[in-house]
Amino acid sequence: MSWNRHHLLDIESLSAEDLTTILDTAMAFKSVGERAIKKVPALRGKTVVNLFVEPSTRTRISFELSEQRLSADIIHFSAEASSLKKGETLKDTAQTLQALNADFIVIRHSASGAPHFLSRVLNAHVINAGDGAHEHPTQALLDTLTIREKKGRIEGLNVTILGDILYSRVARSDIWALTKLGARVTLCGPSTLVPRTFERLGCRVTHNMEEAIRDADVINLLRIQHERQRRSAFPSLNEYVQLFGLNKRRLALTKPDAMIMHPGPINRGVEIDSDIADGDRSVILEQVTNGLAVRMAVLFLINGGGPQEIAA
Amino acid sequence: MNTSAPGEPSASPDTPASGVLILTATAIHRALNRIAHEIAERNEDSHNVVLLGIQSGGAPLSARLAGLLEGIWHHPVPRGVLDIAMHRDDLDQRFAPAVLPTSIPCDVTGRVVVLVDDVLFSGRTIRAAMDALNDFGRPASIQLAALVDRGHRELPIKADFVGKNIPTSMTDKVRVRLKEAQGTDEVVIEQGGTRA
Repeated sequence: MSWNRHHLLDIESLSAEDLTTILDTAMAFKSVGERAIKKVPALRGKTVVNLFVEPSTRTRISFELSEQRLSADIIHFSAEASSLKKGETLKDTAQTLQALNADFIVIRHSASGAPHFLSRVLNAHVINAGDGAHEHPTQALLDTLTIREKKGRIEGLNVTILGDILYSRVARSDIWALTKLGARVTLCGPSTLVPRTFERLGCRVTHNMEEAIRDADVINLLRIQHERQRRSAFPSLNEYVQLFGLNKRRLALTKPDAMIMHPGPINRGVEIDSDIADGDRSVILEQVTNGLAVRMAVLFLINGGGPQEIAA
Repeated sequence: MNTSAPGEPSASPDTPASGVLILTATAIHRALNRIAHEIAERNEDSHNVVLLGIQSGGAPLSARLAGLLEGIWHHPVPRGVLDIAMHRDDLDQRFAPAVLPTSIPCDVTGRVVVLVDDVLFSGRTIRAAMDALNDFGRPASIQLAALVDRGHRELPIKADFVGKNIPTSMTDKVRVRLKEAQGTDEVVIEQGGTRA
């Protein structure tokens, strides 16, 4: 195992070996959550700032709990109640946080590249918790962990990502992680949200739902992100449900062991029927549990000081 | 994580050891046999004993000791593995270490836990192991078995059962190779000399 990265900014720059190291480490941390005492001292005395310039609930609480389970001290900084509303720049905010001796900054921002920018101006470890429509690396890690855990491998699997690909940072990170680990990725959705340009990332692109799900081992459904679309990308929600919603009839066309994933929050009755979200093919709640494990693993790995001075 | 990954010449069991052979396969077996008898002698209530191997070198040794003790006691001996990476005291001075599984076979509260490791050196691993064990319960007592004690303790820790005491200099490297992981049973000292 070799890990010498100071930040987690994206999946694109990681190697397949890096990804495997994170997933293997995450498995060990997953068992911490199953103990009576769900806390280890790995980040004792370290300060983590959760800088959520864009609102988030599930990613924020997942990071928060992961940090607590590693014994870190935590500060929350959200855009609504902060100086960013008063006109402070991101750089000034971040440097203020660094002056408080923060060791880690977990950042969620609506601008793509904000975490990369911070990593250049700060000494602290920076973790990308989602930047614009660019990447959401820890989501891709928890998705791949869940797939590997359920299917025993990633290589050779057919993974279909359905829905709003164009505006989705989850899709981009998933595509990088899955293709690096040897899966075949199919993208499907309305042509306005799934342009052919994604073929350049090594994906198959189709606008026919039946074709996309027929040979899939894994179906990952994404939410329609109304908040990121300037104009509606399709005529009506009802039409989207008719063409791309996962219902019982379409589920019957899939392989009997195809698993259903969703990063949440779910729009029941839009991209997925309630029965399927709660059904035995769905791993949506396992994804939430695995989110803690991968976030603990990432914090643990990038905390490493290196170069190695102490004999193992 | 998998140490048996190919293409890693330095980890190959066939590489002739440049160091001095300290324990042969027979000597390792004899030492473990003696440790097993000492554990049995020390713990009259044999049903209360749990063996925990410290990852990764202690894991195969604890399995062998459990086998030997089962031969002495004629009943199964619970055994598990303990990873101490999350409890190390040098995490921010080095690259992140590999984190291996921890698996504790039963509630350790009130039991006698025998920690098993391959080499006892600074004692910091054992400190971390006791800390990690705390999260799983409160053992009645903790004992320590080590195949090799090479000295240079940095903490007030001492082994209850030792296979062999080996005087070393700080810069020497003690390599314990075991069949389960490296394909051969031997303990070798590589002279450190001047540090690179």
